[in-house]
Amino acid sequence: MTANPSGWKPSAPTPATAEGATLTGNRALMLEEALIFEIGDNDSTGVDFDDFQALAPKTSRDFTNGLIREKAINLPGLSEPETVRHYTRLSRQNYAIDLGLFPLGSCTMKHNPRLNEKMARLPGFADIHPLAPQETVQGAIELIDHLSKWLIALTGMHAVAMSPKAGAHGELCGILAIRAALEARGDPRSVVLVPESAHGTNPATAAFAGYKVEDIPATAAGRVDLDALTARLGPDVAAVMITNPNTCGMFEPEMKAISDAVHAAGGFVYCDGANFNAIVGKVRPGDLGIDAMHINLHKTFSTPHGGGGPGSGPVVLSEALAPFAPLPYSERTADGTFRLVEEEVASDEHKDAFGRMVAFHGQMGMFTRALTYILSHGADGLARVAEDSVLNANYILRSLEDVLDAPFAKSGPCMHEAIFSDRGFAEGFSTIDVAKALIDEGFHPMTMYFPLVVHGAMLIEPTETESKAGLDQFIAALRSIAERARAGDEALKSAPIHAPRRRLDETLAARKPILAYKNPVPEAADRGQGARIGGG
Amino acid sequence: MSLYFTGEHEWIKVEGDVATIGISDHAQQALGDIVFAEVPEQGRSVNKGDEAAVVESVKAASDVYAPVAGEVIEGNSALADDPALINRDPEGEGWFFKMTLADASELDGLMDEAAYREWVKTL
Amino acid sequence: MRYLPLSDQDRSDMLAKVGASSIDELFRDVPAEARPTGPIHGLPMHASELAVERQLSALAGKNMVAGQVPFFLGCGAYRHHVPASVDHLIQRGEFLTAYTPYQPEIAQGTLQVLFEFQTQVARLLGCDVANASMYDGSTACWEAIGMARRITRRKRAIVSSGLHPHYVSVCRTMAKFTGDQLDLATPELTAATDADRLIASIDSDTSCVVVQYPDILGRITDLAPIAEAAHAKGALLVAVVTEPVALGLIKSPGEMGADIVVGEGQSIGVGLQFGGPYVGLFACREKHVRQMPGRLAGETVDAEGKRGFVLTLSTREQHIRREKATSNICTNSGLCALAFSIHMTLLGEKGLRQLAEINHARAVEVAQKLSAIPGVELANDSFFNEFTLKLPVEARPAVHAMVKKGVLGGISLGRLYPDEAALANGLVIAVTETVSDEDIEAFEAALREIVR
Repeated sequence: MTANPSGWKPSAPTPATAEGATLTGNRALMLEEALIFEIGDNDSTGVDFDDFQALAPKTSRDFTNGLIREKAINLPGLSEPETVRHYTRLSRQNYAIDLGLFPLGSCTMKHNPRLNEKMARLPGFADIHPLAPQETVQGAIELIDHLSKWLIALTGMHAVAMSPKAGAHGELCGILAIRAALEARGDPRSVVLVPESAHGTNPATAAFAGYKVEDIPATAAGRVDLDALTARLGPDVAAVMITNPNTCGMFEPEMKAISDAVHAAGGFVYCDGANFNAIVGKVRPGDLGIDAMHINLHKTFSTPHGGGGPGSGPVVLSEALAPFAPLPYSERTADGTFRLVEEEVASDEHKDAFGRMVAFHGQMGMFTRALTYILSHGADGLARVAEDSVLNANYILRSLEDVLDAPFAKSGPCMHEAIFSDRGFAEGFSTIDVAKALIDEGFHPMTMYFPLVVHGAMLIEPTETESKAGLDQFIAALRSIAERARAGDEALKSAPIHAPRRRLDETLAARKPILAYKNPVPEAADRGQGARIGGG
Repeated sequence: MSLYFTGEHEWIKVEGDVATIGISDHAQQALGDIVFAEVPEQGRSVNKGDEAAVVESVKAASDVYAPVAGEVIEGNSALADDPALINRDPEGEGWFFKMTLADASELDGLMDEAAYREWVKTL
Repeated sequence: MRYLPLSDQDRSDMLAKVGASSIDELFRDVPAEARPTGPIHGLPMHASELAVERQLSALAGKNMVAGQVPFFLGCGAYRHHVPASVDHLIQRGEFLTAYTPYQPEIAQGTLQVLFEFQTQVARLLGCDVANASMYDGSTACWEAIGMARRITRRKRAIVSSGLHPHYVSVCRTMAKFTGDQLDLATPELTAATDADRLIASIDSDTSCVVVQYPDILGRITDLAPIAEAAHAKGALLVAVVTEPVALGLIKSPGEMGADIVVGEGQSIGVGLQFGGPYVGLFACREKHVRQMPGRLAGETVDAEGKRGFVLTLSTREQHIRREKATSNICTNSGLCALAFSIHMTLLGEKGLRQLAEINHARAVEVAQKLSAIPGVELANDSFFNEFTLKLPVEARPAVHAMVKKGVLGGISLGRLYPDEAALANGLVIAVTETVSDEDIEAFEAALREIVR
């Protein structure tokens, strides 16, 4: 077996006692909330149907094939006021960009402009059906086409596949296009090279597409080892997947040389565009020899993360890969109308398409938001986005390198994220202790234990939407915590103490998984099963 | 009885023509709280270096490789209900599987206990 | 620029701290041929909120809004009334602008919602457990085929002809790369589904049978005999639900023996949005949970012993398992899952059952009215809120002719199956609670005129 590469080793938290316990478990504005299954019941509802009484007697069972659902489903309902309160209370147990700095490296947690939300909710975008006749949705197809043109221009590429639903899905789309292109030229290959520092989706994607994954080592400076890469290239290498700027927060200076070497060996270059925010409007990946790159609209183009999606991952493609893009795609016809090319015309015009990635046309709601953002910024504003995101990250790097080990700081400036390690902490102290202490200071922690090439990694991406004053406060807080970790302050181990929950027992959750609520049997309820609700 | 270790932190206890396989104390410490283990079914034949079992902590998953070739006689069924056994007694009750030895000479390249414990200190 | 807080003074102060003379110096690793030289040429510059709003509104204004015309489209996306509080709650910044709950101490809101969502989905679909959502129904469907392959270690999936053709297309795309063999067929415009073909095709190499319920033509098949036949050969039954409201009226696939149930959750809480973002539902039996893709929230306790929730069993996922992960899925559809869960909580069992009854009653009414038009036949003898008509003319031009009369009157099978002449006269019609008496009258009059 291989021992734990990230060094992340959570164990069950040390039991602690609550101070200032209250009868309800509430702590002033911090309100506990039970599960809907504990407060609702099958007969309560928060909706009224005017016509139910009139229609119910007319409901025919003749067309249900004898398959009426008779048993209770056990879906509890709540009235509207209870529902609003339930979700409002729960929302207040979340940290969010709207509350403060959210410096998760590689995640690009920037401000989500509310104009985006307003535009996505225009009925002309929100209330149209994906299979509506195309003459009735010309504005929607035009919007997709318009966003496509922007993405192509910003990346210097040839075409874009808009339908992938998120970054990893876009990655898959790009790798499948590469595989389709290789197969079309009768040269199927078997290996995809991935740098050690890659995001976990890269090897997962390549493996899914049927490739053997091999690691490319990194240099001491945190870059792809060009010599090692070149030495490995050959007729079996289908593609190299590179993240640029990379997951150590640095630009790959030899990107063009890498692309040229891969192309000379007959392979393709996939670029993970998760970190495009650092170069948007400044550097065009097409100029670096990239063949395919996904763009996370929920990172660079400010569509909200929503607690874990939805994302959107359009993939820009080089001329060599463009014919293999999946269906559907948008185009402007000779008469000035717009159309989506899908199955009904594809057999003639798009014979090389490798198929569909999804039903319908992709994340329209995200397209609307992303285009709104792009038009707001314009070419000048987007370049400034990249500049300020890089400046903010370098400011953090240089403000903390004296108290936190910054493994690549000597090799020059970083891009949009600064990386530190846990070297120099007192024995027994690790990145997780710093992260949890940041929570008590009112900040979301950075990305922890990633990338794997840095032990106890702390990857900090402030983004361009943070003010200098906000950064200064964050730097001061992190500085003080770092000093405590170096000194071995045991109090760090019990952080967070001010959050809605103390450290959670992830070991218990994984050893005895409880993944759905089970109604207590009546006797158990009498014995006070309910006492666990929101309390100790 | 003789005890051997691999560079991948598996131990192999050989009694007669039966080998018992598990992971070392060092390995369980590196993983942290173990939450799941999957052991091979009886009768499966494995080659040296094959992935034979899986061990998972909350944030890491590792394959346990067959250190020698042979046929699985028994997987440790106690691990399904109590994976923490691997943390509590990694080199005893927390064993993973027992197997026959197809080729006893495959043991020759492995470390003995003293060599392994010395080597682990250097990691 | 309204979204960028740094002032010029801030920038020069910060550059001084960083030790760079200009911002471009920070981009020194970029090769010369790609070095920044000002904004990318030929693109417009930044614009005010008002100007952008005008531009987007003009585009939106070119579309025919479903809520403003008689509207009868379905085939995997359904127009239901979403209570106002749903959209209000999902726009709370603490939900909207949160990330994946990797720091559980400050993400209990999202985590508890996901735990509740998983429970609601599992109960609705009739399964033990559900995950925290997938991208959409079509991607959930091919993930289910992959999961069945991992469980059975077999590669042949038998797919019902009633599966949505876009879903089939997604599965075909993926199967080319994963090596799954798909046994496919085209639907026929008949009341009977291809259940007999499915049962007859199951053999000892079959990983799973995939059946949509109700299917693309709206038909409702009894899944129990298919489940039984699959299990007898060691195969799994994967059921696909594109209209979850149906499960307020008809039996869940889990009750009938399905092992994996996936679906499109858009109908509940999520609007039409021209096809996305939607929310994939994914549920299965407890014993298969380690082979399930996607994120899972689970219950645990914190250091003080208080109940809390965390993401769990994450060793299945790409960020730990890398090339051995169950799927490459990373981001899911969290905010849409929240919308689904809020709407489901407002409905409750009582509301869901009423909603389903209303949908079905309305659909029966429309089916009877339209099939009374001379030359028009109802293909189904079973349906929930969607059925297929056989017109005396080709359905594709009929749909466009109805648009000219201001009616969005169904989806032609010709659009979905352009190469199948036998389906050209088929028109799939969905009827939900949003359809009014006036809409039905307008639709009937338009169709009557077109087929005359």
